[in-house]
Amino acid sequence: MNRIVKTFQEKKENILNVYFTAGYPNLNDTSIVLDSLQKSGVDMIEIGMPYSDPVADGETIQQANQIALDNGMTVKLLFEQIENVRQTVSVPILLMGYVNPVLQFGVEEFCKKCQEVGVDGLILPDMPVNVYEEEYKAIFDKYGILNIFLITPQTADVRIRQIDEISEGFIYMVSSASTTGAKSGISDVQESYFERISAMNLRNPRLIGFGISDNQTFQKAAKNSAGAIIGSAFVKVIGSAKDLEKETIDFVEMVRGNN
Amino acid sequence: MTTTESIYNVNEKGYYGQFGGAFIPEMLYPNVEELRVSYLSIIAEPAFQEEFNALLKDYVGRPTPLFLAKRLSEKYNTTVYLKREDLCHTGAHKVNNTIGQILVAKRLGKKKIVAETGAGQHGVATATVCALMGLECIIYMGEIDIERQAPNVARMKMLGAEVRSATSGSKTLKDATNEAMRHWINNPVDTHYIIGSVVGPHPYPDMVARFQSVISEEMKWQLTEKTGKSTPDYVVACVGGGSNAAGAFYHFLDDKETRLIAVEAGGHGITTGMSAATTFLGKMGVLHGSKSLLMQTTDGQVVEPHSISAGLDYPGIGPMHANLWETKRAEFFAITDEEALESSLELSQLEGIIPALETAHAIAVLKYLNAKPNETVVINLSGRGDKDLATYMKHVL
Repeated sequence: MNRIVKTFQEKKENILNVYFTAGYPNLNDTSIVLDSLQKSGVDMIEIGMPYSDPVADGETIQQANQIALDNGMTVKLLFEQIENVRQTVSVPILLMGYVNPVLQFGVEEFCKKCQEVGVDGLILPDMPVNVYEEEYKAIFDKYGILNIFLITPQTADVRIRQIDEISEGFIYMVSSASTTGAKSGISDVQESYFERISAMNLRNPRLIGFGISDNQTFQKAAKNSAGAIIGSAFVKVIGSAKDLEKETIDFVEMVRGNN
Repeated sequence: MTTTESIYNVNEKGYYGQFGGAFIPEMLYPNVEELRVSYLSIIAEPAFQEEFNALLKDYVGRPTPLFLAKRLSEKYNTTVYLKREDLCHTGAHKVNNTIGQILVAKRLGKKKIVAETGAGQHGVATATVCALMGLECIIYMGEIDIERQAPNVARMKMLGAEVRSATSGSKTLKDATNEAMRHWINNPVDTHYIIGSVVGPHPYPDMVARFQSVISEEMKWQLTEKTGKSTPDYVVACVGGGSNAAGAFYHFLDDKETRLIAVEAGGHGITTGMSAATTFLGKMGVLHGSKSLLMQTTDGQVVEPHSISAGLDYPGIGPMHANLWETKRAEFFAITDEEALESSLELSQLEGIIPALETAHAIAVLKYLNAKPNETVVINLSGRGDKDLATYMKHVL
């Protein structure tokens, strides 16, 4: 069974999914961060595939992408890094990135490689829903790879239902109209949006991302969903960390409210 | 404004052949979808047409002249007409599109405008219509372009726009476009994004091409008046994203006897690694919301292009042009920085017209066309060269 699906079957709340950019801050830090996140007890890991033009990302992740590319990070190398740590890292792994590098790798080849090295799902914000359904869903299904769709406060109810219908695993709920890391804190308006979606009784669980950075925002998000995704706040931590493992574990403890 | 149902135009799914589509993050979906659903009916409204045409006439100064360039014709032993888009208000064809889009934005109830700019012509044209309509205007421009197109930066500020520097990546048009898209993601409800070229997610390429199509519409009746025939042997235009070429080609797409000549920026030369000639160097990829030809590494990272001309310094090309390239309906040439500079001087001194550096690429192709004396070549003179004087002073004076 797909590890993402299994996680949501076993755990219904307070799921923590942490994002970091592959090959950042140093090329071979990918495996150290993966190991550290596993030790810290996160429920899921989202690895960013660096891209030259990440339009949905704010400054923090843009810079991490650029540094990773300058370090020599490639899709091929990322697959090797994941394969090497998959013996010890058992949590679900998602890859987050943009459509173009996946197209250049070849969608089928990419999904096949994901299955081989133990990647469970993809998040490609610029992959259109209709293109996925018409051209790629059969390929993703063949290799057991989930494609995670986003919804935002502006997404119409009828479209949310459509996305819920074709989604498997979970729905990525963007907390506000923004790029990643652009806003901090969760406002009352956002909370009422969380409640509105919660009341729709969708068939898929939801993880809330964008603007989640600490225990307070994590709790607000987790109250009306299965959990949350943290990206920019963690990327900032690893960008300046002296001890990657310790500071990763400390960060996750802080988000969980265990310290 | 009339439209044709050419097979080279966009299909109902938003594609030109295999190119186009709307590859956008969900955050932009409601805005782009709103536009997709409504743009054709908005443009077709008689009140819209009336307002658009009146502004093109009385504000932009259309129709722009079609000028027989006698000395240039003599030099290349053919018959060359120049479509004088440089005489449009603000100095380039860009304003045709910004007038159209601001009228669409108003009908969609938008209060603010964001735009990207390369050479600054689209930024100036956007700031101009925002001033005219009283809408707030933010323009993203690459840090490098802000330096090399200083007069246009000053013009935008004078017109009341806020110019924001794009400091990521190559610090040119590609990155200004990224920043404008990010701005739109962060301000989706009250803001309309006026894309300046035939790029971006569907329906932008088609909408921009329709607003620019007035160029070829006028060419046809002007040619009939002057030559007795509406179709020339060649229509020539420079291509970065491709908006002036889209406008110049639009009504000739199905006139097979007219050869469509698209001129890209070769930079230092297409084999030097310092070029922006996308059809020579690119392959299928996705950038800024559409699938088209894209200069990129084997790993799918977008390559930073080079052209002396800020308006052509773009690693992609509009999906319409990618399809014209693939179907061989248009012929593509690459002109180097040096050749463009030579042509700017040539046109200035043969015809008394100082062209924009972008436009100078189109002029330079004359020496490769080998057009016959009895053949008619129409070159779209997309912009004037005032903004490029610093570059001209450095390189040709």
